[in-house]
Amino acid sequence: MMHCASCREPFHGSPLICAACGAVQSSGVEAPDYFQVFGLERRLGVDVAALEREFHRLSRRLHPDRFARATAEEQQNSLRATALLNDAWRVLRDPVERVEYLLKIEGHAVGEEHAGKARSAERQPPADLLEEVFELNMQLEEIRMSRKMGETADASVLAELRTAGERFEAMLDELDQALTAESTKWDAGKGQARAGAAARMIELLDRRRYLWNLVREVREALGAAA
Amino acid sequence: MEYIVGIDLGTTNSLVAYMQGDQPVVIPGVDGSNLVPSIVALDPLPAPTAEGESSPPRPTVTVGNSARRALIATPERAIYSVKRLMGRGIEDIAEELKLFPFRIAPDVQPGEVLRIQLGEMNFTPSEISAYVLRQLKRNAERFLGEPVKKAVITVPAYFNDAQRQATRDAGRMAGLEVLRLVNEPTAAALAYGLDRATESGQHARTVAVYDLGGGTFDISILKLNDGIFEVMATNGDTHLGGDDIDNLLLVVALDEIRTEHGVDLRQQPDAVQALRKAVIEAKITLSAETTAKLDIELPGGDRYQREIPRAVYEQLIAPVLERTAGPCRQALSDAGVRPEQIDEVVLVGGSTRIPAVRRLVDEIFQLNARGRRPHMELNPDEVVAVGAAVQASILAGNSAATDQLLLLDVTPLSLGIEALGGVVARVLQRNSTIPASATEHFTTGVEGQTNVAIHVLQGERELAKDCRSLARFDLKGIPPMPAGLPRIEVKFLIDANGILQVSAREQRSGTEAQIEVKPTYGLTDEQVEAMILDSFDHAESDFAERQLIEARLEADTILSAVAKAPENGAWQRLTDAERAAIFAARDRLIAVQPGSDLKAIREATTALDQATRRFAELMMDQAVSQAMRGKTMEAANRTLNVDQAEIHAPHPFAQAEIEENAAVGSGETREGNE
Ligand SMILES: [Zn+2]
Repeated sequence: MMHCASCREPFHGSPLICAACGAVQSSGVEAPDYFQVFGLERRLGVDVAALEREFHRLSRRLHPDRFARATAEEQQNSLRATALLNDAWRVLRDPVERVEYLLKIEGHAVGEEHAGKARSAERQPPADLLEEVFELNMQLEEIRMSRKMGETADASVLAELRTAGERFEAMLDELDQALTAESTKWDAGKGQARAGAAARMIELLDRRRYLWNLVREVREALGAAA
Repeated sequence: MEYIVGIDLGTTNSLVAYMQGDQPVVIPGVDGSNLVPSIVALDPLPAPTAEGESSPPRPTVTVGNSARRALIATPERAIYSVKRLMGRGIEDIAEELKLFPFRIAPDVQPGEVLRIQLGEMNFTPSEISAYVLRQLKRNAERFLGEPVKKAVITVPAYFNDAQRQATRDAGRMAGLEVLRLVNEPTAAALAYGLDRATESGQHARTVAVYDLGGGTFDISILKLNDGIFEVMATNGDTHLGGDDIDNLLLVVALDEIRTEHGVDLRQQPDAVQALRKAVIEAKITLSAETTAKLDIELPGGDRYQREIPRAVYEQLIAPVLERTAGPCRQALSDAGVRPEQIDEVVLVGGSTRIPAVRRLVDEIFQLNARGRRPHMELNPDEVVAVGAAVQASILAGNSAATDQLLLLDVTPLSLGIEALGGVVARVLQRNSTIPASATEHFTTGVEGQTNVAIHVLQGERELAKDCRSLARFDLKGIPPMPAGLPRIEVKFLIDANGILQVSAREQRSGTEAQIEVKPTYGLTDEQVEAMILDSFDHAESDFAERQLIEARLEADTILSAVAKAPENGAWQRLTDAERAAIFAARDRLIAVQPGSDLKAIREATTALDQATRRFAELMMDQAVSQAMRGKTMEAANRTLNVDQAEIHAPHPFAQAEIEENAAVGSGETREGNE
């Protein structure tokens, strides 16, 4: 149970600010997680409209603009609390980032793009996509070459690329639906069922990251050719 | 009553405003003008006295309208558009140096803070900006009759960390505590939203602010909802603005003068400045008229005469304007909105007076097609300062008009760390709401390693070398451990000003790793301290006494200018009545100056300023024609060592094409040929 550092009342809702006395809390050793920031249980199903209202309500009370005449310590508390609030809002409003974040704080190893490691360029494509990805890369290369030579890309190559891009975007949509379905299972399940949902979500996220990079490359290539 | 003022520190003009009750008010200067041109000129140093003084003479500067003439008369002692140099290094300004007559101190090394030569002295860009800020501070103190020590200063939304820090440093040097840096487009949105944001029953609106100023371009997409101004995305170019248009026109004129009259003015900074003044006037004319004329007397008595039809002008500037379209589309895409979902567009910055800019904005946001018009009810030159005053009032928390308003801004650029192979690992994406934080973990690569070097970058490119280097951190004091065992947690925190703070801790041993911050283009606290302009501004000496001293100095300045007036050729062109009026105003000021009636001194100063206004104009004309025609020995000597001032064409020009277009375009001019 967490208490207000100022009046010792237990928190109702967000632990960033005390509902009883209004004191902005300094971040101790144990910072609240993003769900706690909004006074939410750890669940993947989030009402984003309600989350936004709460984000605005808390912003009005925590933001450094409200503490321009306060003590240096109060200003520092406001700065850290608002940064945490903003970080939490940024992650929880996005369904994919929300899943990644929850799995991470549940102790799962998620994702591989972080500091100190090279970007995902050399990552192996999922086995079932090998052939399609190979072909796509050929088309991308062709378009890049013609751009480098200052020529307009071949219309048929562009058309093929557009088709491939649409197919990958459709896969991405499908994948997001699968992710939502697993999220629901995670929220409802316990023990084995929950662990199973988590394992499938990790797989889906890996595949998603790969697909997303492809889609982005295609969009860039098509955008530059247009 | 402690005032917090709002300041728009612009590339071309700067302004100061404050909230008078619930009403924002722009504060005029001594000359009655709300705009203080961001021009700083170093005054001639006083001649050493015969007795031999112990300390070197203290330099004084002239700021604003009165520095305008120095730009032409003594260009090597004056500077404009210094905002383009804020927070930058010698290695990033090659392009600016081709187009602007900046004289960089010859000993500035890559990676160092720039220093600019004005006459016999060097100044950092922050110091130059501090002189402008100090002038605004004085104007505000003069107007309010109270000391002003706190300010909100606006910056382009797309300013990076170094540019923001340089601006904050400038404030400190001017004796101002900078309570907040606010993004210019967001400030403009505040100025517009003031009346309507708190109306009940308002549903959320999506607003785009298109801000094309003298030297910077910003686009911001905001959501306005019940008093909350939430920026969704921002983009821009910190080196794109009206200046670029001036330079294009200038280059065309210089090229034509060379080919048609065989005169190369490029090596004559004063002539270039005089010509620049003429093309800016033509640009302004072209926003209202369909044609503008250049008519300039050249050395040797020839005249350069050129009619610029608006069609030719628009074709010429199209590439500059087109550079604003990409950032607009990127911001829309980042915000996840389509152009037709934008409810309102706000135009900010003097350059949005150009009809072609308005057409481009209309096209990008499909306004006309939807029966909408962009907002330009507020003066585009003043709207940012007004917004800064609103933000100042939010911070002061003392106005009912603003207590329901809250600004949620974003960081314009992604934050990253250099990873192995020189690639950038992102720790925070652009358009994250600020304050924002991110945590990363590092370890060692060698047994017993006690420090780790971390390179922090800002930008969107994949490779570290293409991003902006913010700082290098050495984490020291890691206890010796086998390689890979230490777990160093580094926390990045971007504050509400968009400025980065970093802290670090080794988690296994629990020791705080020391961080040595080496800002790549910043000044240290000690350096800033040493550059603080007026120690007496700082000392809590009697405000009234200081005001009196300043008023007497103002009087001195204008009296000594009037004393020298008869030496100037322009003096002869005044009527007897005009000269008599000047003498009368002069005598009045001389009479009251030694007294301690502040109001009387100021009124007499203003009266003398008004009486000499026509003389000042004549003197300006004279300087322009002198710069063009006769070169004094002194001026000729000056030109020998200013090759940096050489101006190059940014784009090669096809002479024939211009001629042809001119011929076509002249058919639609209003005035016939003379
Ligand atoms: Zn409490």
